Amino acid sequence: MRSAGHKRTRVAKSRVGLGLRIRRNWQLYAMLALPLIWLAIFAYWPMYGVIIAFKDYNVVSGIWGSPWAGMKYFDRFVESYQFWRLIKNTVYLHVYELVATFPLPIILALCLNTVRKKWFSRTTQLITYAPHFISTVVVVGLLVVLTSPNTGVTNKLIGLFGFGPTDVMGDSGMFRHLFVWSGAWQTMGFAAIIYLAALTSVPPELHEAAIVDGASRLRRMWHIDLPAIVPVAVILLILDIGRILSVGFEKVLLMQNSLNLDVAEVIDTYVYKIGLASSVPQFSYATAIGLFRSVIGLVLLVLANTFARRFAKSSLW
Amino acid sequence: MSAGTTLAPDERRLGAGAPIQDTKSDKIALACIYTALGLFCLAVLYPIVYVLSASVSNTKLVSAGEVWLWPVGFTLDAYKAILDYKSIVSGFGNSVFYAVAGALVATILTLLAAYPLSRKGLPGKGIIMAAFVFTMMFSGGLIPTYLVVHELGLLNTRWAMILPTALAVWNVIITRTYFMVTIPEELVEAGKVDGCSDFGFFWRVVLPLSKPIIAVNLLFYAVGSWNSFFNALIYLTNEHLFPLQVILRQILLQTKVDPSQMADTSKLAQMQELQQQLKYSLIVIGMIPPLLVYPFVQKHFVKGAMIGSLKG
Repeated sequence: MRSAGHKRTRVAKSRVGLGLRIRRNWQLYAMLALPLIWLAIFAYWPMYGVIIAFKDYNVVSGIWGSPWAGMKYFDRFVESYQFWRLIKNTVYLHVYELVATFPLPIILALCLNTVRKKWFSRTTQLITYAPHFISTVVVVGLLVVLTSPNTGVTNKLIGLFGFGPTDVMGDSGMFRHLFVWSGAWQTMGFAAIIYLAALTSVPPELHEAAIVDGASRLRRMWHIDLPAIVPVAVILLILDIGRILSVGFEKVLLMQNSLNLDVAEVIDTYVYKIGLASSVPQFSYATAIGLFRSVIGLVLLVLANTFARRFAKSSLW
Repeated sequence: MSAGTTLAPDERRLGAGAPIQDTKSDKIALACIYTALGLFCLAVLYPIVYVLSASVSNTKLVSAGEVWLWPVGFTLDAYKAILDYKSIVSGFGNSVFYAVAGALVATILTLLAAYPLSRKGLPGKGIIMAAFVFTMMFSGGLIPTYLVVHELGLLNTRWAMILPTALAVWNVIITRTYFMVTIPEELVEAGKVDGCSDFGFFWRVVLPLSKPIIAVNLLFYAVGSWNSFFNALIYLTNEHLFPLQVILRQILLQTKVDPSQMADTSKLAQMQELQQQLKYSLIVIGMIPPLLVYPFVQKHFVKGAMIGSLKG
């Protein structure tokens, strides 16, 4: 029945001219008007505004009236003493996050999928999704009060083992660990949803056949469930690689303090500081750094996608 | 990929008539899995329960490390102190307003974008969809977006908290996929035969069939707005417009307690004494509203996210 319907519309489509089809659907275009206006203003207008990275922008002359500056600001960034420190901090933090936390939701989903008691699986999901709905400010606030050197519960705990209190939030050696593992705490459960969805597509017959053949539970997880997840995992990995220079910016900003800035300053927080938080905002320079970051992200995304298409046979486009 | 199937495939998997006994190694593996999941749940819950308990415990006992799990020396002083702090109360009100207004505007925009894009054979659909998706991969960035908001005269207005982040392309994709799955082409054609316009069909047929996805959108946008602080940080300087998250950041992370915000300055000393405890109660206040709401819509968003992510 469905295919018959398809055929009918396809025939109808070829018979009716394009102009008529547009006119017939004018109400659908009218519905799209508001979202498209929004998209033009808040997504594409800023993309046009990016040209101030190549100009000496000043508020009075506006975007178009300001004089051209060529690649001046990009050269300045690449040659600045901040450059390698920012790149290193950003890449290091994101790669650590990716390597440590990427497999966790997969493992969680595989485990949840094996659980046979429905109430247990439901409760686990309800609980582990919860941190996803907590704000970044509150998560960082939790870190601060739980690890506070005077009153924090973690210091009470290590005190029991005879260690003195330490201020982990002010310890630049701990910054990356705190960032990555609190992130795992917050996102792991919710990130498992997409893998659980992929697991529902596994035909039960595969498992039945494997059971008859005497495959153990772990073997079935490895040989049946895991391959079903791989295409989704590859796509998420591509997206993550595209984001490699734009690591969880809000949280980094919130976790920064004067003691950990040497490892906690990343590209995006630097852009914010010189562009908006400074008393002499350098709009053009900050935009140039931001653009540098976006372009590299886009290039990485395309590269990862090409690579995945060739070797993993699953890709974004 | 079939998206409509249920979550626990085990019942189906084992078939109706053949309950095969678990082997010993299977039992061990299962026991490990249950234990690991249980421990993970505890690790997720512990900080939340601890903060809840600490916020209603006696300050001195919390500092002395007497509180491990349950409240010790029950008191609501910290919450009373919060009510005396003007900016927290106004911040809470602002956040509620931004969350409700923002979620309404964003959900309407999302539905308006998603429905036409879900229809077969709409000329130009591919280009419009690409225009949406491209913004997920590349954006103008922080400064150009700020300058647009500045140009529009939205700085320091409530609109700055609602408009710039109103539409999330991810939600458009999920909603569009939901429409493609739940509104079959036959239904659209039946509507046309009956002389229903696109507006009429959308209003009388599509929307009533889409309550789950509307709920998901409202929840995601409201929670996103409630939890966001960065927009307020860059677009607002007027303290009366600050949402709760900005106030939380000031008190929790920058340890700024402003005496002029106190209704009664004689309470200042008491306030400083309570400051540590105030942090716990503030965390609770910032964290609770989304946590109270999400379980009610959980069923819907799991389904919505699944349909959207698999087909999108």
